[in-house]
Amino acid sequence: MKALYTWSAILVIVLASVVGDVLLAHAMKQVGDVGALRRREGLLAVVRRTLGNPNFFFGVMAMAVAFFSLLFALSWGDVSLVAPAAASLTFIGNAVAARIFLHERVDRRRWIAATLVAAGVALLAG
Amino acid sequence: MNFRKYLVLAGVTVFAAAGDSMLSHGMKQTGSISLNHLQGVVFAVLNPWVAVGILLLLAFFATYMTALSWADLTYVLPSTSLGYVLLALVAKFLLHEQVSPLRWLGIALITGGVGFVAGGPELTKHPKHPDAEPDEDEAEVRAAASGVEP
Repeated sequence: MKALYTWSAILVIVLASVVGDVLLAHAMKQVGDVGALRRREGLLAVVRRTLGNPNFFFGVMAMAVAFFSLLFALSWGDVSLVAPAAASLTFIGNAVAARIFLHERVDRRRWIAATLVAAGVALLAG
Repeated sequence: MNFRKYLVLAGVTVFAAAGDSMLSHGMKQTGSISLNHLQGVVFAVLNPWVAVGILLLLAFFATYMTALSWADLTYVLPSTSLGYVLLALVAKFLLHEQVSPLRWLGIALITGGVGFVAGGPELTKHPKHPDAEPDEDEAEVRAAASGVEP
């Protein structure tokens, strides 16, 4: 039963992190190249545009959900299972979600990169 | 990708790794916090390690958002995963912890993954519809060429 709780919490962490990362990435694409914007309109404009973006707001909310579910997961399961499992599944989930929702071209090179990193992160716990 | 952008990616990597290690070090000094004694959180923030760790994680978030403004999510995430490698190296050489062969294999896999993604383009250029609006970058370049502010 404890294992079921732990894995459900891991699933929630992964979903919330993927939603958060996709929303934040989308928000920053809407804001545009921050370096160019700062040179053109100043740092204040960058901050105002970023904080005023609704996707940024919801992205941060999703990240907060991920953080608190991590706390719950850690109270049910071992840190050596929860942290690497959540991190490596998030890498794979992000690759899928970025392709579907952000229309990024996730070519073979990027798939291999995401898979290698996910496997490496999982091994680091061993 | 220019030098400045590589510097931002290095910032994402280093700030995340350094921030996490400082938080972890500080939280071990302050002891565990229970849900019944949430005031412990306030004391935790007063610990200098925790305070600096939070500042570093804010720097991480700022550089991460900067990177996402000009690179794909599937480029930024793998390329900044070298932070895990950095943490393992800090554990080995500064904290003198034992790093098992399995962990070295993990480090090698992550490094290989970073090498793979770094060889490709950082941003997906979407094919334009013939009568689509020009995007901001293009407008900027055109304006710079003609000497008019966009």
